[in-house]
Amino acid sequence: MTTRLEALPGSRLKWAVADGWTITRRDLVHWANHPVQLIVGLLFPIMILLMFGYLFGGAMKVPGGGDYREFLVPGVLALSMMFGIEATFTAVSTDVSRGVTDRFRSMPMAGSAVVVGRCVADMINAALTLAALVLAGLAMGWGWHRGIGPAFAAFGLLLLLRLAMLWVGIHLGLVLRSPESVMALQILVWPVGFLSNVFAPPETMPGWLGTVVEWNPMSATVTAIRELFGNPGWGGDSWMAQHSLLMAVVWPVLMVALFFPLSVRRYRRLSR
Amino acid sequence: MASTDLAVLTEGLRKRYGDKTALDGCDLAVRAGTVHGVLGPNGAGKTTAVRVLSTLLRPDGGTARVAGLDVVRQAAEVRRVIGLVGQHAAVDEQLSGRQNLEMFGRLYHLGARAARARAGELLERFRLADTGRKPVSQYSGGMRRRLDLAAGLILAPRVLFLDEPTTGLDPRSRNEVWEAVTELRQGGATVLLTTQYLEEADRLADDVSVIDDGKVVARGTPAELKSRVGADRVDVVVRRAADLPAAAAALARVAGAGPDVDPETRTAGAPVRDRITALSELLRTLDAEGVEVEDVELRRPTLDEVFLALTGHAAGKAARGGATGVAGAAPAGGGRTAGRGAPGGSDEKEARV
Repeated sequence: MTTRLEALPGSRLKWAVADGWTITRRDLVHWANHPVQLIVGLLFPIMILLMFGYLFGGAMKVPGGGDYREFLVPGVLALSMMFGIEATFTAVSTDVSRGVTDRFRSMPMAGSAVVVGRCVADMINAALTLAALVLAGLAMGWGWHRGIGPAFAAFGLLLLLRLAMLWVGIHLGLVLRSPESVMALQILVWPVGFLSNVFAPPETMPGWLGTVVEWNPMSATVTAIRELFGNPGWGGDSWMAQHSLLMAVVWPVLMVALFFPLSVRRYRRLSR
Repeated sequence: MASTDLAVLTEGLRKRYGDKTALDGCDLAVRAGTVHGVLGPNGAGKTTAVRVLSTLLRPDGGTARVAGLDVVRQAAEVRRVIGLVGQHAAVDEQLSGRQNLEMFGRLYHLGARAARARAGELLERFRLADTGRKPVSQYSGGMRRRLDLAAGLILAPRVLFLDEPTTGLDPRSRNEVWEAVTELRQGGATVLLTTQYLEEADRLADDVSVIDDGKVVARGTPAELKSRVGADRVDVVVRRAADLPAAAAALARVAGAGPDVDPETRTAGAPVRDRITALSELLRTLDAEGVEVEDVELRRPTLDEVFLALTGHAAGKAARGGATGVAGAAPAGGGRTAGRGAPGGSDEKEARV
């Protein structure tokens, strides 16, 4: 055996960063190994956009006027961030059930790396998803009308929503590990995604349903980014509608504040 | 034995899951440079012990040291000297074998170049070098196992834990794993392997600890244990039930212990020491006495029979199917199991620990 097998020197911080990157790289290699999988993942939200934009869009009216496709694009951007929870959840639960997480835990690597790598990889994926959707949206005639600054703020809010979903996904992945729960989650994201203002304004719904929809955290993001992009919204005079920008920050921050410590606790409890 | 000669030492190790006791004062001692078999049925606590020793699980009580390091207080140091191969191939299915090994090598902080070189060495050694970019999801069961084993060896660990390394493998893959373990031992590594198979412990291990209900119930070299159990068993099936006492008497003369008789299947069975002498003598006697024999089987004792012989009671879970092939175990176990009582309720031990 000729290879040197001693660990290289380095501070804890250096190795935390290096290990986090190694785990991130693992996902990048997945994409390189299975490009079709990556492309299908990127095309799926575009398909939803096209379907609602052209198949159903003709029959939709935005209250107060405005183009439905302009109304729709911000909604689908947020929807794609919400659907990201599936990818996070599947990756985490697969690693736990296959014993890969245990192998990592039995190795002298930085304990934070598993989570850091998951975060970075999923956020890169989210950025790719947004980029693909934005291109598709631009091709459909969508655009931002209040300048590049607010547009970037809007993308920031979208990534913040994805970050919140990431921590919910990590926690669920650590709690539910059976293949059946993966399927249940894949089904459940649909009603949650549709019980929002993505496709239709809440004021066109029965009163109680409209309220439920407004309290869906995703709706706050959608309302806020419609405003930031200068796309038609529905105004609305409820407290939620009036404070959408605030709530588009508060909801995700609350979710991270709740699910980050829960996930850390769950991860530690793997050793109990 | 000086404690420095021990690669693994546990004292009074305890672990409970809710109201289930997985480890109940488990004492293990593994000499450095040896292969140590931990033999026991499902739910005996084998996996729990390995998880504690590989720092994955905190024990509720007792101490465990690996290479002289405390697995709780010096977990980070322990992780630098161990390799773990669990029951499932814990590798990334979407990566190729090489990509997996390189990733693990980087996470062992070998640096990119050494990680790459080490991956190449191990792929060569486990005959996976020609798998190219094929993802692990397309590997056969045996290939996965070999890759898993390779991943556990990246650091050339001082102590390697193998948790049921051949469960669910076809005979060819099993032989490959056995060869790898034998090679490791020749290379000076310490290996602790858990198994449900007496044959596996016999073949690979220098020492064996038999574990049941979270405790070590017997220990020794395979030869010592076998001399207590009887190396082989002979079962005789007679054509006429009336001949059964004569067959049992003939067996008793060549057997190491009293025969177990089952009138329902017209079978008499007993452990024997020297299989060939015993068998020929038995057949001569039966022939001379005019006993018509329907079938004679010469076989290894099942795990249940080992437990019966070593502990006086059947293993934690009765009539364990597939793993041990319990032909003849039922008549052997029947009478004596009843005397065991139910301390701890044996059925609860079925849960995977």
